[in-house]
Formats: sequence, structure tokens, C-alpha cells
Amino acid sequence: MKEENNFLISKFVQNHSGIVLGSSKSYLIETRLTPIAEQFGFKDVDELAYGLGSAASDLKNAVIDAMTTNESFFFRDNIPFEAFEKIMLPELIATARKTNNKIRIWCAAASTGQEPYSLAMILLANKRLWSGINIEIIGTDLSDLSLERAKIGRYTQFEVQRGLPVQMLVEHFKQEGTAWFISDEIKNMVKFSKSNLLEPFGLLGKMDIVFCRNVLIYFDTETKAKVVKSVYDILRLDGYLVLGGAETLLGISDLMERAEGYRGLYRSAGAKNNLTALSA
Amino acid sequence: MKSCLVVDDSSVVRKVARKILEDMEYIVDEAEDGQEAYDKCKHEMPDAILLDWNMPIKSGLEFLKDLRGFVGGDKPKVVFCTTENDVGHIAMALKAGANEYIMKPFDREILESKFERLWS
Repeated sequence: MKEENNFLISKFVQNHSGIVLGSSKSYLIETRLTPIAEQFGFKDVDELAYGLGSAASDLKNAVIDAMTTNESFFFRDNIPFEAFEKIMLPELIATARKTNNKIRIWCAAASTGQEPYSLAMILLANKRLWSGINIEIIGTDLSDLSLERAKIGRYTQFEVQRGLPVQMLVEHFKQEGTAWFISDEIKNMVKFSKSNLLEPFGLLGKMDIVFCRNVLIYFDTETKAKVVKSVYDILRLDGYLVLGGAETLLGISDLMERAEGYRGLYRSAGAKNNLTALSA
Repeated sequence: MKSCLVVDDSSVVRKVARKILEDMEYIVDEAEDGQEAYDKCKHEMPDAILLDWNMPIKSGLEFLKDLRGFVGGDKPKVVFCTTENDVGHIAMALKAGANEYIMKPFDREILESKFERLWS
């Protein structure tokens, strides 16, 4: 692939998703876009790059889908889910009981649904703890294809073995041949919709927990700061932001500060005062 | 360091599993069938067992039932690793005392994730 076309595609992806591919990703671009070029009748990825600027939205979406889809698996990294069950959930339940009896959780890069469904499985296992409280899980992603898969809740044998304890597989999935379908009970606990982190997402409403793991690493510093500010704006003062274990807001934003219990756990800088007021 | 007994009649599976588990710092021993595994466990109980289902002489399920009835046999974490991939077999294995279940074919990532979570 020609270098100028690598630049054109990288710029296109960055403008539409914020993801910075860099020149070292030309192999990735070629691998992922060759099937798209064939599907839309282009000779190769070079020809696709020329046509991208004036392309119809279905081609643009296909390119964004192909370049932004990332692997996901159930209970990925495990520790954030333990922190959810043991730290965040009990605290937010106590707060909800004193306030509006609502907890709202947003998975900002839900991909094919494994993260929000993992949270739903934890919630279901702890159902008696939050009786009387309305808990909403919202999963959003930029990729139409990923969201479609997430809504169907169909997973391969490989996908259900990465991170998912076998007891949960038996309890919450139905097998059809080599495919595994998540139960309606779990599926009905999660709502999926399309959302671009570069665009305003205030319409989603206030959130108590935002999972945004391994997303910021793909953005440049300016975009990272902008996304963190937007998340801060929709997060309740005593809410949590969950980043990937290797991600940090150091040098990016001082609106949020690290919370105890897990390396990627953040809270609004003013959260402590609010918690003191609530427990008083 | 934790120990793991790999029980499978396929030498290829034993070799692949041994490599992955040794990379995870397990001390690995091998057995070719359920009877050999049982004899080894009577001599020294491992911390974990990676167990095939269909094997000559004694199957994985028969071995597991015997193991769980044996003094100290409740200690090892048992991970089935088999081509018996239907939910009925999985339920049977769990009822017999399996801690985890891997459906073949598997890859390094699956084996690692299952073993990492055994102790959490």
C-alpha cells in the first residue's frame, strides 16, 4: 500500500473515531481493509483509499468497523470485576438507598457485549443485595457490526472460554451446535446503542459507573483529555470511572483522581467530600 | 511453585499443555490414562490436574469420581480438557467435582486464563 494512502486512511479513521493508527499500522490497515475493498468492488486498498472521501456511508461505516473492532472477552482482566462486586456495587447500593434507588452503569466501548454481560452476571448473582433498586447497564460502541453481535448475544466456543467461569457458562448460556447464546435474562439487563466518544454523549444521562477500559490508549493526548472531561461531566460526583489496569490519567486530566482498590479505578476529585456529606 | 498432573492419552496434547503450564511456572507431571493418574495421586497429590475425558483403562470421569472419594482427593483443582463439548458432559463433570472445563480445541490463552482463575 502506498504511504500517502496509509496517511489518508489513518486520517479518516482518526477524524471519525479519534483512534490514532500511526505509520507503523500499515500492515493492520491492509489486512483489515482488503476484504472491505473486495466487498465494495475496489481493486485493492489503494483504490479504496482514493474513493473514501466521497464514499457512501455504508463504505465509511465498514472501514470504521474494520479498523476499530477490538477483541473482547468475558471478565477481561478479572480485577475490575472483583472491584465492581466488592467495592463499587456495595457502596453505590448504599448511596442509592439514601437517594434515588437508581444505579446507572455505562460500558463506553462495549464491543461485542462481553463486558456489560459480565457485569449483568455479577449483578444477577447478587440480586438480593439490590432488591428495590433499579440498575441499568448501557453498552455503547462505534461499530455497528459489534453492536449487532452484542445484541444477538451469540458467541463461539473460543469466546465463551476466555475468562468465563464454566459454572457461569452452564448457568447463563444455551448451546446450539458450536454456538453459545446468552440467556434472555442476562440480555434483557443490558441496553445497547451506537455512540462515538468524540461526539457529545450527555444525552445518555448521569452515570454512577463508567467502564472505559483500554480505549484512551488509542487516542492522542488532546482527545484523551476531551473524552475524560466529557465522562467527568456525566459522572455523578461519587461515581467511578474504570480504566484499563495499565492506563493512567497522569498528565492528562486532574478532574479525576485514583481511587483505592484497583489500579485503573478513578473518582471525581471532589468525591470524598460528597461521600462524607452522604454518610453524615 | 504449584504442581500439575496432565492426564491425556495423546502425547501431543501432553506436550503442548506441559509447555504452557511450565511457562506459568507449574511443576508438571504426566499420566497416559485415569489409572496411571490415580496411582500417581495416591503417591503424591498435585495442586491441579488437567484431565482428558476419553482414555483407555480408566476414563477421566471415572478417575475424578475415584479421586474425590479418596482421602485428600478433594484438594486438587481439576480442569477437564476434552472434545466432549456439549453442556450435558460439562454438567456431569461439574457434578463429579470438576472445578473448570476446557473444550478442545483450546489455545494458550484459554488454558492460561482458566488456570489463572483457579486460585483467585
